Amino acid sequence: MEKNPILHIKDLKVSFQTGKKLVPAVDGISFELKDGEILGIVGESGSGKSVTSLAAMGLIPSPPGKIENGEIIFEGKDLKNISEKEWRKIRGNQISMIFQEPMTSLNPLFTIGNQLMEAIRLHTDLSKREAIVRSIELLKLVGIPRAEGILKEHPHQLSGGMRQRVMIAMAMACNPKVLIADEPTTALDVTIQAQILALMKDLNKKTNTTIILITHDLGVVAEICERVIVMYAGQILEQGDVRTILKNPQHPYTKGLLKSVPDLRGKKDRLYSIPGTVPTPGSIHKGCRFAARCTEAFAQCQEETPDLFQMENDGHEVRCFLHTLKKGSGSHVGVPS
Amino acid sequence: MLTLFSEVKKLFTYTVRRVFSLIPVLIGMTLVVFAIIHAIPGNPAQVILGQRATAESIATLTKELGLNRPWYIQYADYINALLHGDLGVSLRTRGPINEEIWSYLAATAELTIVAMLIAIIVGVNAGIVSAWFSKSWFDYIAMVLALIGVSLPIFWLGLMEQWVFSIELGWLPTTGRENVRDPVAAITHFYLIDTLLQGRPDQFITVLKHLVLPSLALATIPMAIIARMTRATMLEVMQSDYVRTARAKGLSMFWVVYKHSLKNAVIPVLTIIGLQTGLLLGGAILTETIFGWPGIGRYLYDAIGYRDYPVIQSGILIIAAIFVLINLVVDLLYVFVDPRIKYTK
Repeated sequence: MEKNPILHIKDLKVSFQTGKKLVPAVDGISFELKDGEILGIVGESGSGKSVTSLAAMGLIPSPPGKIENGEIIFEGKDLKNISEKEWRKIRGNQISMIFQEPMTSLNPLFTIGNQLMEAIRLHTDLSKREAIVRSIELLKLVGIPRAEGILKEHPHQLSGGMRQRVMIAMAMACNPKVLIADEPTTALDVTIQAQILALMKDLNKKTNTTIILITHDLGVVAEICERVIVMYAGQILEQGDVRTILKNPQHPYTKGLLKSVPDLRGKKDRLYSIPGTVPTPGSIHKGCRFAARCTEAFAQCQEETPDLFQMENDGHEVRCFLHTLKKGSGSHVGVPS
Repeated sequence: MLTLFSEVKKLFTYTVRRVFSLIPVLIGMTLVVFAIIHAIPGNPAQVILGQRATAESIATLTKELGLNRPWYIQYADYINALLHGDLGVSLRTRGPINEEIWSYLAATAELTIVAMLIAIIVGVNAGIVSAWFSKSWFDYIAMVLALIGVSLPIFWLGLMEQWVFSIELGWLPTTGRENVRDPVAAITHFYLIDTLLQGRPDQFITVLKHLVLPSLALATIPMAIIARMTRATMLEVMQSDYVRTARAKGLSMFWVVYKHSLKNAVIPVLTIIGLQTGLLLGGAILTETIFGWPGIGRYLYDAIGYRDYPVIQSGILIIAAIFVLINLVVDLLYVFVDPRIKYTK
C-alpha cells in the first residue's frame, strides 16, 4: 500500500545555545510521514524526539534554540522560513500536538469549555453557539461522558485521564492533518494508558488523522504504530516497519531496548538495562554515538560515524557498521554527518 | 443558570464569613488605639491644658473627659461612641472629628487611587513586556529604572518634580489641590468627581493638573515594585506547560501573554498591590507635606504638632481599618481569579 508523504523532514539539525557553544540536540535526521499512518518515534530521554516534534510545530524556543539546517516540508511546502503569522495558521489547525503532562497542560484558571472553544474559534468562523455544539461533539468523540457538564468545569476537577482526553479533543478541534503526541500516556496509570492508546488508534481510523507518537515505551509502539523510528543522541539509528523492527531488530541499541521491556510470561531474571546513559548533546565528536555503550563495538565504531544502510526489507534502515561489514554492499541512504 | 446562582451564593456567604472574621482584628485595633491615649505619661488633661494650667481646671477637664473612671468603662464608652459614628471632638478646632476628617480622607483617597492606578497600569505592563521580551534592551532599561525607582527618596523626587515641571517649565502647579481663587464646591470631596457632577470641565482639568506631580511621586515606588514582581511571576508562568499548550493551539503571543499567562501571574501581584496601597495611605504624609496636599497625612501631622490626641487616635484607627479592608478585598479577588482556592476558611 503506497501512501503519500504528508510531512517530510529532511536533514533537520536543531541546536541550542549553551554558554558560547551551539550544541546540536537533533543532528541531521530525515524521515517521511505517510498520510494516515501512525508513526512511532522511540528513544531515551535526551535523544531529541521532543525537539524534533517541537520543530515540526515551529515551537523551538528561540533563543536559545535554532534550526540550523534542513527542511520541514508539510504538504509540499517548506515551513522552515515561514513567518510566525503563517505558523499560527498551521498550529492547532493543520498540525496539532498533545503533551506528556495532562495535569499541567491545561490552564488551571479557565474552564474546559473556554479552552476548547478558544481552539475552535481561532481557526474557524463558528459562532459561540456553534462552537459549544462542536465542543460537546469533540468531548463525545474522545469518550467523555456528560460532555455538557464538563464544559463548565475547571481542569482541577478532572482526573489525569480525563484531562488527557480533553487535550486530545482540543488537538482534534480543527480536524488536523497531523497529530503529534509527545509521550501522551507516560503520566497516566496503565489502564488509562490503554484507553488513551485505543482512543488514538480509533481517531486515526475514523478521521484519517496522521499521528506521530513519541514515546520511550516500545510496548506502546507495538500496540498502535505501523512504522517506528529509533532515535539516539539526535540521530536516527534504525527505522522501519513495526513488525520488522520488533521481530528482527538489527541495531544493538534497538535490541537492547527490546530486551529491557518487561515481559509477563518471561523469565524471572533481572530486567536487562543498557549500560551507561545517553551522552549529553555535543559531547561526542567522532565515531558512532552509541559506541561507548555498545556491547558489539569495534575499532571502526570509535573513529567513524556510520551512515544509514538500507536492509533487505523495504524501508528498513540501520545505522551500524555491523551490517556494512556483513553485507558489504549496503547502499547509502542517509547523509553522512 | 442554576450553577451561576449557586456560585454567587457561595461567594456571598464566603464574603460575609470573611467580614465577620475581621471583627477580632478590628477590636484589637481599637484596643491599641485606645491604649495610645493612656500611654501618654502623666495626666492627658495636664498635657492638653499645658504647663500653666491650674489644678482646678485640670480636675474639671479630667472629669469632663471621663478620665477619672476605670479604663474598661472608658473603653466601653469609646466603643459605644465609635459604633454611633462618633470619633470625638478635636481639641484644636473644637469640631466633631467625624465631620472634618472626611474631606482630608477623601483628598488622600483620591491621591492614592490615582497614584495606584498609575503604578498598576505602568508597573504591570512594564513587567509583562519585560518578561515577554526578557533580556532585550527594553527589559534591561525597565529593570534598571525600577531599581532606581525603588531607591529614590520620595521627598527628593517630589522636590525635583516641582523644580523641573513647575518652576523651570511652568507646566504644572507646585502645591495644593485646586485653584484657591476658584475653589471647588465640595460634594463628595473627591474633586475629580465633584467637578464633573457640577459640570465644570475647566475645574476638572485644574484638579487633574494638581494631581499629576504628587501622584507621580507617590506612584514611583509601588510602580517599581509591581513591575519587578510582575516580571518575575510572568517569567515563571511563561515556562509552564499550559502556556506551551496555548502556543500549540496557534494563539498569538498577545493572547498567550495577556490571557493565559497574566491571569496566572496576577495573584502574587495582587498581594503586592494590596500591601502597597496600604503603605501609600500611611506613607502619604511625606508627599502631602511636600505638595501641600490637604490629606489625612497632613491632618495627622498637624494634629501631632498640636497634641490633638482624639484626632491622632481617629486618624490611626481609620488608616488601620482601611488597610484591613483593602486586604479583605484582595483576599476576595483571589477567589474570583483562581477557582482552585476554596470558599472554605
